[in-house]
Amino acid sequence: MATNLKQLTSNEDLLCGGHRACAGCTGSNILRQIMLTAGSDTVVGGATGCMEVVTTIFPYTAWKTSFIHSAFENCAATVSGVETAFRSLKKHGELPVEREKINFIAFGGDGGTYDIGLQSLSGAMERGHNMLYVCYDNNAYMNTGIQRSSATPVGAHTSTAPAGSHSTGKTQLRKDLTKILVAHNIPYVAQTTPYHWKDLAAKVEKALAVDGPAFLNILMPCTVGWHFDPAIGIDLAREAVECGYWPLFEVENGKYIINKKPKEMTPIADWMQKQGRFKHLFKPGNEHVLEFTQNWVKEEWEKLLRLEASTA
Amino acid sequence: MSGKMTEIRWHARGGQGAKTAAMFLAEAVLEKGKFGQGFPEYGPERRGAPMRGYTRIADAPIRRHCMIEHPGIVIVLDPTLMDSAAAGVTAGTGEGTVFIVNTTEKPATVASKLGVKGAVVHTVDATGIALDTIGRPIPNMPMIGALLAVNDMMTVAELKSALVDQLSSKFSQVIIDGNLNAVDRASKELVSA
Amino acid sequence: MAQKLVALSGNEAVAYAFKQARPHVAAAFPITPQTEMMHKYAEFVANGESTTEMILVESEHSAMSAAVGSAAAGARTFTATSSAGFALMWEVVYIAASLRLPICMALVNRALSGNINIHCDHSDSMGGRDAGWIQLFAENAQEAYDNAIMSWRIAEHMDVRLPTMVNYDGFIISHTADSLHMLSDEDAYKFIGKYKADYALLDVENPITVGPLDLTDYYFEHKASQLAAYPRALEVIKQVSDEYGDLTGRYYDHCEEYLMDDAEMVMVMLGSSAGTAKDVIDEYREKGVKVGLLKIRTFRPFPVAYLAERLAGRKAVCVLDRSASFGGQGGPVFMEVRSAMYGLQVPVHGYIYGLGGRDFDLGQVATVIEDLQKVAAGGEMNTINLLGIRS
Repeated sequence: MATNLKQLTSNEDLLCGGHRACAGCTGSNILRQIMLTAGSDTVVGGATGCMEVVTTIFPYTAWKTSFIHSAFENCAATVSGVETAFRSLKKHGELPVEREKINFIAFGGDGGTYDIGLQSLSGAMERGHNMLYVCYDNNAYMNTGIQRSSATPVGAHTSTAPAGSHSTGKTQLRKDLTKILVAHNIPYVAQTTPYHWKDLAAKVEKALAVDGPAFLNILMPCTVGWHFDPAIGIDLAREAVECGYWPLFEVENGKYIINKKPKEMTPIADWMQKQGRFKHLFKPGNEHVLEFTQNWVKEEWEKLLRLEASTA
Repeated sequence: MSGKMTEIRWHARGGQGAKTAAMFLAEAVLEKGKFGQGFPEYGPERRGAPMRGYTRIADAPIRRHCMIEHPGIVIVLDPTLMDSAAAGVTAGTGEGTVFIVNTTEKPATVASKLGVKGAVVHTVDATGIALDTIGRPIPNMPMIGALLAVNDMMTVAELKSALVDQLSSKFSQVIIDGNLNAVDRASKELVSA
Repeated sequence: MAQKLVALSGNEAVAYAFKQARPHVAAAFPITPQTEMMHKYAEFVANGESTTEMILVESEHSAMSAAVGSAAAGARTFTATSSAGFALMWEVVYIAASLRLPICMALVNRALSGNINIHCDHSDSMGGRDAGWIQLFAENAQEAYDNAIMSWRIAEHMDVRLPTMVNYDGFIISHTADSLHMLSDEDAYKFIGKYKADYALLDVENPITVGPLDLTDYYFEHKASQLAAYPRALEVIKQVSDEYGDLTGRYYDHCEEYLMDDAEMVMVMLGSSAGTAKDVIDEYREKGVKVGLLKIRTFRPFPVAYLAERLAGRKAVCVLDRSASFGGQGGPVFMEVRSAMYGLQVPVHGYIYGLGGRDFDLGQVATVIEDLQKVAAGGEMNTINLLGIRS
């Protein structure tokens, strides 16, 4: 197991510095952590989005492993092709370099995963490719200018569902993508955050070890889209878990395990108040949205507890 | 187009094997050094729905890809199609068109039903033969046997040899023998006017 | 070279040709009339006749995406589609060419919706004519097979490295049993050769980045380098075709010239209808009418100089399109041919025919020849004419 800090930090950094992510971006942190665990026998695919754009501006690349980007909605399908090519070339004895195993990791933001790329992802997972799909969920289409997505929570201000005199931001509930992936009956599905580095590394390790597809949904606090001080992104990831907004859990072959159960949930309003995207909710008259969100988090948490109990 | 070309139109219902027959015949004549082209009426295939197939047989390579508008031979696998104007059994036919109809009726009766002046009508109980020999009411192969009784594109023996090649990889000896028997019988039991 | 005479549908013939290349990966989604091609291929795999890994994707968009991933990984890869399936692939079709991935694709030509229609026309492939793929067209199953064999050599040639599309008419070729000569598996593979990618994602000791963000400072240079490949591709297509001719006795060029030597009047077209036209041309030739046919095989890259040379000095030329460029002048073939004829002072008019599978019959060819005679005699035609529609 590589999940001790000393060993992790001694691994080669495969996403190197000099990329063009925003100051305070937690996305590059996520990718770096994944790659520290995955190692160099890895091929990475990226959907169009922040992390693809900032890591590969021609003639530069931040990737020390092979990397492919083709389009926005097709990352899972593209990597499924790479993975199949590996199996076929291996079977025919024609690999460019001999390897028993290569890790295949596809990643996309919530736009490329929850929305435009959902079909491609669903297809690749159902087909059973030996690949890990990572969604870095920053709750909106950040790369194109903070438009709402199906991962945007109720009440968040975005450029396409802005708060205003007649609006409290997004009115629809976010989609529970992680459970949609569980419904694909794949061997491993989990949620984590970049704050929980040990949890993240352990989950990447498990995901890459299973025979078949795996999915990780990783919360990515976005300084630009959530409007917070670039220094506190990682803290917001921790607090998202403590208030119940982003439970840490994993589903191994259908069995739910909650990895962290806070003794007492912090009020979600405390977490929201640190983010400009929810600023309008703290004005008089919008208390009902905060109340709704608190209840929603509580219900979702209880649902998760029941799932854990019922699949134990 | 140099040399002789025979154009055949098949009328059947989906499931009677007309598509298979139309394409198989095109393949079977290869052994004779002839050229064949076979195609179904293009479109969604539905069991029981009227459909057409087409076969061209020629001494030289067949270049044209248009529909057959004036068939020299019309093969009817389901006689009820003669009652349907939409099925178009007589479309583009006339003096000298050869009809081979799967029915227990007499050629004269069928001829008057068709009403094509100068047409040459033959009948054969291909469904009965198929039931006897293959055990299923699939009249396609017996109809090819019947065709060879009135056309010299190849002999019945040659057809049977092609049929063995075609069927041997997919079917049991019982089915193959049934088909060979069906072809033989139909070629002999064809009734001409 | 010993070849086997067989009767196969176009779909089966192309399935054999692709199998003979021993591709590592195939990714496809079913759509009429492409379906039987993939059924046949799946049979090969199920029977152990092919060791290709098939990716049975959930859409054509994913088919092309998986093909891109597979080819970039270093595997010999093909896909197949028709009509709406090709339209759904669109975005990734361009990406495959831009990444210079030598994917081969069977495009079984079918009309685009709407209204929905499953029959043949060329609007699918013509819509993709500027995507950067090599496009070959066939008159019958034999040519579809031959093009499919050659497509690997062309696509993978170091001077080309572009995806190649083998077009053949939906139903008219794909579903018609036709006789053709096939190479043995060994001879075909010997001709096609083993594929090795120069750069592969799977070469984890020499990692590469594929498909980066490419902005104002470099994108144009990359496109310029892509543009430079097409004249080279024309030469490679000819070389490969000559070599194939030496092997099989079937020689191909960018076009087939039918009774062109003394032709005063020329029909230009592509696809299965050329065969139908030849039969009628023969009849008119017997009457002393000097009409010939130029059948385009290589539509992309478009053989401009080739056509200009062959069409110079004729009395009348017409171009038949099995697709329309809505709001443009006629169809894509007409626009290309007329542009290639610039300065020749030869009158040229166009027809749109056969949309949605409308039968292209002998009478329509006769009409075209009568029209050509009128123009050759100094008469005039509308620039674009519709053929075979109800009045």
